[in-house]
Amino acid sequence: MFGDYSISDLGAILAMQGFAGLILFSVYVLMALGLAIIFGQMGVINMAHGEFMILGAYVTWMTSNAVQHTAPWLFPGYFFIAMILAFIASGALGMLVEWALIRHLYKRPLDTLLATWGLSLILQQAYRSIFGAREVGVELPEWMMGSWQATDAIQIPINGMFVMGLTILITIVVFYILFWSSWGKQVRAVVQNRVMAGAVGINTEKVDRYTFGLGCGIAGIAGSAFTMIGSTGPTAGQLYIVDTFLVVVFGGAASLFGTIASAFSISQTQSTLEFFLSGSMAKVITLLTIVAILMVRPQGLFALKVRK
Amino acid sequence: MINSRFFNRSELLGFLALAVLLFLILPLSLDIFRLNLVAKYLTYAFVGIGLVLCWGYGGILSLGQGVFFGLGGYCMAMYLKLEASSVANTKIQSTPGIPDFMDWNQLTSLPFFWKPFHSFPITLLAILLVPAFFALIIGAAMFKRRVGGVYFAIITQAIAAILTILIVGQQGYTGGINGITDLRTLHGWDIRTDHAKFILYFVEVVLLFGCIVAAQFIRLTKLGRILVAMREQEDRVRFSGYSVANFKIFAFCAAAVFAAIGGAMFTLEVGFMSPSFVGIVPSIEMVIYTAVGGRMSIFGAVWGALLVNFAKTSLSESFPQLWLFGLGALFIAVVLAFANGLSGIWADHVQPRIDRLLASRKSKSAAGMIADGAPAE
Repeated sequence: MFGDYSISDLGAILAMQGFAGLILFSVYVLMALGLAIIFGQMGVINMAHGEFMILGAYVTWMTSNAVQHTAPWLFPGYFFIAMILAFIASGALGMLVEWALIRHLYKRPLDTLLATWGLSLILQQAYRSIFGAREVGVELPEWMMGSWQATDAIQIPINGMFVMGLTILITIVVFYILFWSSWGKQVRAVVQNRVMAGAVGINTEKVDRYTFGLGCGIAGIAGSAFTMIGSTGPTAGQLYIVDTFLVVVFGGAASLFGTIASAFSISQTQSTLEFFLSGSMAKVITLLTIVAILMVRPQGLFALKVRK
Repeated sequence: MINSRFFNRSELLGFLALAVLLFLILPLSLDIFRLNLVAKYLTYAFVGIGLVLCWGYGGILSLGQGVFFGLGGYCMAMYLKLEASSVANTKIQSTPGIPDFMDWNQLTSLPFFWKPFHSFPITLLAILLVPAFFALIIGAAMFKRRVGGVYFAIITQAIAAILTILIVGQQGYTGGINGITDLRTLHGWDIRTDHAKFILYFVEVVLLFGCIVAAQFIRLTKLGRILVAMREQEDRVRFSGYSVANFKIFAFCAAAVFAAIGGAMFTLEVGFMSPSFVGIVPSIEMVIYTAVGGRMSIFGAVWGALLVNFAKTSLSESFPQLWLFGLGALFIAVVLAFANGLSGIWADHVQPRIDRLLASRKSKSAAGMIADGAPAE
């Protein structure tokens, strides 16, 4: 498959596909970060994570429409507003779900899977009833379109760089919150030993609720970013949920750094292979490689223990 | 407490009730279209029985049962398709004698892995052995390394996704998204007639009861007890000298074979097989049928498959909008409130009342007998 290309061609292809993979990487990272918090830290299998993401995408779409109709001068910057609204909407829904559903199931992780699957069905149908079954797309402001000509052969899309920068920013914020703030210490204390954390005066219920809300809120931001690479439909979230779980598991469930590394390697492998093979085969090979690696190294890339 | 009888009293009642329903009431009261629908629902009951063994008893939640259902179904479909694509039937194609979708995709000869499916006995063996072998590989790779619980669920889910993408992508070899359609005869016997559907229904019910008895047998032997022990205290079983991995592999393979039988029957009943019965969504739905019926009850799994599918058909016929809301709410309700599903409700609420009723009637009649008998003496 490499036969027809010269070395410099290959280099350019790799670079271009690499940058094309950046948006995919960013969406993976944002979705997987949320999931790594919820699944890796809290042990809840949230199958509705994709639907929280799609909620963020719909919020972005609504914001873009609203801004276009009421305040066109704001349009170049609407994306930042949309992202904040997406975070708030998904986070609030997440906290509601935690209160109504998840908090009863912390001792039964496999059952959270079934219950959140039910939730995802309900949310999908709700989106279909409210927004219609047709997929909707978001119009990008002008400064985000076009691309930056790095060399003769290499072009980098601007929205890709934007989403990339955003992802880095959010990753830093999440790391700060979880590993340096006192609230993050409480989260990790609750995860490691719920009873003891409660005994030393941490309000575990509140910590759980806000942690779940944070994870879902980041999924909402992922949905905002997602509007740049694809159109939003009621079932679009389901397409990404398995990939995202694999990203988290492959990276090592408890390690946020592993999550980012695995999101990078998976998205880059997939987008590079996509150039040489059909899209479906690229995906099959990527997923098979991950599953094969996980069979040899079940703890993932960067985690210490998942053995039961 | 070890019960030496094969079925205890309430299980025997459940067995008889199900037998009467499936062998007598449904065939006599439903027209052939509805009976065929019931047959389709029952194919999921096979998967459910397997899940009861491996999930309810073994504690291994597989979200990839659709893979085995699909493998069984595709094995059967390949045989039927080859029979339907005889040279005489396909002489208008540019290459006669190969399935039509291969011809559309410019294949000029039959791929090597299709060739064994010319033979009926090999097909029957393949339906049982291919999924079992597949499950063996997955199970050995995972359980020997002590991967379990959530991780196993996610990886089996990924495998279901991979297989679906592969089937859809390799259109020339698998029929793609449409699946393998236009199936006509089984070993020369036309499966599309009403009469054939009627007979296939009974074949399926007999197979189903065979699987129920097999599962009950596994459950009652020492093997079943070790599975339960493993689910509750895996390390203690390991320290007692049992090879935990091998027992898990066995349970997983058994569940795969049950699912494959269901898949093969599905192909026969419905007349086609497509990737939409392989992927993540159908796999999770199969788990849900089992959860609704009761993950600890073999009969519960059959009832769950029947009732949820019946509700799905009738609700989605009349209220397509509401159906997904209802289904979602059902999952949540089952998980939150009734962890043991319908069979749990039956065992906790209905059974004690019946027992009490019977007991009070018995004691009343006993009292009456004494009262009646006293003067005569």
